[in-house]
Amino acid sequence: MSQLSPTVPALRTAFGDAVERALVSCGDTIVYVRNDSVHDVLVWLKTEPGQGFNYLTDITAIEYRDPELPLEVAWQLRSLERKADLRVKVALDQHASLEVRSVYDVWRGADWLEREVYDMFGVVFTGHPDLRRILMWETYAEGYPLRKDFPLRGHFSRAEQTRQALAASPESHYSLTELSIAEAFHELPKDMRERLRRGERGFLT
Amino acid sequence: MGLTDREARAEGEQLSTISSISPNWVTTRLDFLVNWARKNSLWPMPFGTACCAIEYMATAASRFDIARFGMERQSFSPRQADVLICAGRLPFKLAPVIRRIWDQMPQPKWSISMGACASSGGIFDNYAMVQGIDTIIPVDVYVPGCPPRPEGLMYGIQLLQKKIEGESFTDEALRDEQLVGPAGLFLPAERVNELSEPFGNSVQQTRNA
Repeated sequence: MSQLSPTVPALRTAFGDAVERALVSCGDTIVYVRNDSVHDVLVWLKTEPGQGFNYLTDITAIEYRDPELPLEVAWQLRSLERKADLRVKVALDQHASLEVRSVYDVWRGADWLEREVYDMFGVVFTGHPDLRRILMWETYAEGYPLRKDFPLRGHFSRAEQTRQALAASPESHYSLTELSIAEAFHELPKDMRERLRRGERGFLT
Repeated sequence: MGLTDREARAEGEQLSTISSISPNWVTTRLDFLVNWARKNSLWPMPFGTACCAIEYMATAASRFDIARFGMERQSFSPRQADVLICAGRLPFKLAPVIRRIWDQMPQPKWSISMGACASSGGIFDNYAMVQGIDTIIPVDVYVPGCPPRPEGLMYGIQLLQKKIEGESFTDEALRDEQLVGPAGLFLPAERVNELSEPFGNSVQQTRNA
């Protein structure tokens, strides 16, 4: 299985220059797409008859050790009917703003995947309805942990990290659904009900 | 040292409450009775976050059975618990959670730090992990191991029982709550940094590396 997926020529005819290079790595086809047309490409891959990449396996990002190389965002797609896989990538310039369009409107499952990439790499998904941190707490101020310029133990001293962690007020940053207390809403103290009704959230830095 | 403090205080203040008088036959017998009751009916509050929790479950189950030590009832409410057993690594995101649970537990209360991660951060010397829960809550017994065998945890529980045996209600500081202070920590910041220093055969020995 070292052959390029037949999807790639079909993509080239449909999108022309927007499809950049394509290669095969470990049997997987990887297609690089221009950032401005990646949303259209993904919609096409999902809806075009004969392609049917209807399952979004994962969204992730790659930062290489060489600082000159661009940061890549990858969408791993699978066609459940055809049992075929395809990896779509976008190369983002490290020195420009890291922005790609959200595919939340195409796959609802992209919600948490995009939040994770945002949390760990700082890639902003425009059009995502609720883009905030998912693994780190919302007031986390040290940056994006999976970036290469992020030190293993974080930027702050352990005492400062501990202080900030203890000061994080988890219940003021999560929605009722996330806390699974929607049914007990009326049992909550009045001030907490007010805060949650206003949708009070922390500040992202 | 506690004895001399107490004597000095009792003399200076001329108090005659039962906790201010020096240990005598009544207070030591009462201590013995109270401590005997406490140590044999500890109600653990399990705070299981990782693989240590599996060993904790094994400890609680029929083969090892911590009910033999009076820990018959697993208390899943901090309000009815005596011992907080932190079984597993503690990420910073859970730090305010375990702190709140500890604050919600009524006195008398003790805590056991089960496993390498809870005691020191273990192999997770990184940005996300608390380097030992003793930077978040006071700890009475550390159980080493990764994860500790049930025998190890039971040994830790017996050590805690020994510690409870030695307590005296004439020691007034014993039941003081160690709350998070105005600086946002219950220990001095330097102490937290010192406790969190890399150790052992860590590849990067300093925080700046």
